[in-house]
Amino acid sequence: MDYFLQQLINGVTLGGVYALIALGYTMVYGIIQLINFAHGEFFAAGGYMGVIIISYLAANGVSPVVCIVLGMSLTMVYCAILAMAVEKVAYKPLRNSSRLSVLLSALGMSIFLQNGLMLTQGVYDKPYPTAMTAGGFELGNVMISYMQIYIILITSGLLVALNLLVFKTRIGKAMRATAQDKVMSALVGINSNKIISLTFAIGAGLAAAAGIMVGFYYGSVNYTMGFVPGIKAFAAAVLGGIGNITGAMIGGLIIGMVEIFAAGYLSSEYKDVFAFIILIAVLYFRPTGIMGENVDDTRV
Amino acid sequence: MTTQESRKRWTSFGIGLIWLLIILWPLLGIKPEGLEFASTFSVWIRLAVAGLCIMIVFELNRAGIFDSVKKTGSSVKGVTQRAYAATPNWLLICVGLAFAIAFPAMTGRYGHDVACNVLIYVCLGLGLNIVVGLAGLLDLGYIAFYGVGAYTYALLSIHYGISFWLCLPVAGLLAAIAGCIIGYPTLRMRGDYLAIVTLGFGEIVRLILNNWMELTNGPNGLMGVKRPGLYWLDFANGWSIEHLWVKKVWMFYYVILFIAICTIIAVYRLNYSRIGRAWEAIREDETAAELMGVNTFLLKLLAYASGAVFAGFAGSFFAARMRFVSPESFTFLESAMVLAMVVLGGMGSIPGVMLGALALIALPEAFREFDTYRMLVFGGVMTLMMLVRPKGLWPAKRVGRRSEEAE
Repeated sequence: MDYFLQQLINGVTLGGVYALIALGYTMVYGIIQLINFAHGEFFAAGGYMGVIIISYLAANGVSPVVCIVLGMSLTMVYCAILAMAVEKVAYKPLRNSSRLSVLLSALGMSIFLQNGLMLTQGVYDKPYPTAMTAGGFELGNVMISYMQIYIILITSGLLVALNLLVFKTRIGKAMRATAQDKVMSALVGINSNKIISLTFAIGAGLAAAAGIMVGFYYGSVNYTMGFVPGIKAFAAAVLGGIGNITGAMIGGLIIGMVEIFAAGYLSSEYKDVFAFIILIAVLYFRPTGIMGENVDDTRV
Repeated sequence: MTTQESRKRWTSFGIGLIWLLIILWPLLGIKPEGLEFASTFSVWIRLAVAGLCIMIVFELNRAGIFDSVKKTGSSVKGVTQRAYAATPNWLLICVGLAFAIAFPAMTGRYGHDVACNVLIYVCLGLGLNIVVGLAGLLDLGYIAFYGVGAYTYALLSIHYGISFWLCLPVAGLLAAIAGCIIGYPTLRMRGDYLAIVTLGFGEIVRLILNNWMELTNGPNGLMGVKRPGLYWLDFANGWSIEHLWVKKVWMFYYVILFIAICTIIAVYRLNYSRIGRAWEAIREDETAAELMGVNTFLLKLLAYASGAVFAGFAGSFFAARMRFVSPESFTFLESAMVLAMVVLGGMGSIPGVMLGALALIALPEAFREFDTYRMLVFGGVMTLMMLVRPKGLWPAKRVGRRSEEAE
């Protein structure tokens, strides 16, 4: 039972991270029907930028809390700027061309960004200053680290903020309108290009936050770290019904739980396989996901 | 009007440069020891100068400075095109074949090595071309079949000592079966979802190769794969048949050349057969094809299986040449490379795919000093090609758009 609870806590932590990345996929797919392959790279760039800024601040004697808060917000801004540049260069000129072209352009961008990170930051793992967040407490026999608490708190904070943004503000309304019908929303005066840029920026910001938290959680970042979590988060987005924000959060939690429980009870070597199996099974049996409505057959 | 347009271009160029600086500086300039500007600026200025040159050439081109050059260029192009159309196809093929056969005599060991690589990728690209180019099924896990072929030969050779030529059809068959296993559940999906599911399958195969220690020896790989053997007519002591192991690189070159030529002929025949037409019909409009009586289920499965066969051949050759296989060789990046060849060359076009393989394997060898930038350039070129020439370098003659994309 203790083992189960322990795994549950770990699963929620990891699931929250996946949910944050999945939101970027789901929002972009919802608006321009594109699998943004470069999204995993925003996550990796976030991890790197986090360690760069936080170690700079820490070396200059800033207190740990300020370090983390400032580092996280600057990183999110940085990745938002990066994502807007990528969107402008690689996706916007292809808005009206075939789906395959856009997908390949995204793939090229992903390889480009990954190697850009490698060239600027080197091939070796970059360690996070984990001393800042070390420690934890025991609840019964279940060990909870402070980092897990932080991750759960920050993730839920960001998710609530995003929900407020999408469902309570004018910008959110414009985003939802653009996702439903680009032409009609343009006719009523919504600048769809700006909305698409903004969507990319928000998605990348959330992925960047996830990157920092993963960096702290595992202690280091690497330039290839974006690919596998990216695919898992995409699986989460599909599981929840792609294009659906609440679905992505639930999907992320489920994928995180499944991974941790599969690693704990079945086989730790094959833990990555389970996310892919879920992805394939969902697409096979219920392509619209848990929360998705029935979309036009051709989209699938 | 023109000045306004060009002013707009220069403004966006300037904004782009500032944007680049904002993105570049934090990655290069923030160190725990302090903020550094010099290294960022040196990189940035080089990129800015390169961008400026491209902009100036572009502006001059708009202004019509290059019109005379372009005129001669287009007339040269017209002449070559007419000459190409006038030359009979068999002559071109003969010249190409003669060049391919004479190639080892003209170059050294290094050249043979590169040529072997190019030919492996020609086989892979043509196999993938059946799936993506002809049938229009986007496959991001294609390298899995290559892996299946390589491991099939490696295991059969190590444990049972079966010869390469016997293993070749077995590897093809097993890869085809793997193709059917992957193809079957994905037949209901189209477009993006199909891409991501095949990617998932490819990763699953790689994870199995990586973790099934008893069979595949995990990440350490399998060593001691045998070379292919050849029977050779020896005239030295009258007529006798000698068995010899393929050892030199140029002999490997002929083996893969043979496989590649078989692949090219097979893909060509498939392309212009009833099956090939049916694949093209599925690519253009699946619903309409089904209505016209094309068995889409069977044909899509067949596309996966036949594409996989060629990857299986290429894989077992790879294992025989390297004499070593490990899961490292079958990552997603390799799939992306092969896909990039098909797309860069021109989907559905056989000479295009060959050109794409040549461009992506041989050109980076020519710029060996810039090896660290290779994948960076590769990614950038992939995006750039989609922006400027999405149909590829040598487009196929018959391509259309899928009906559901023409919204």
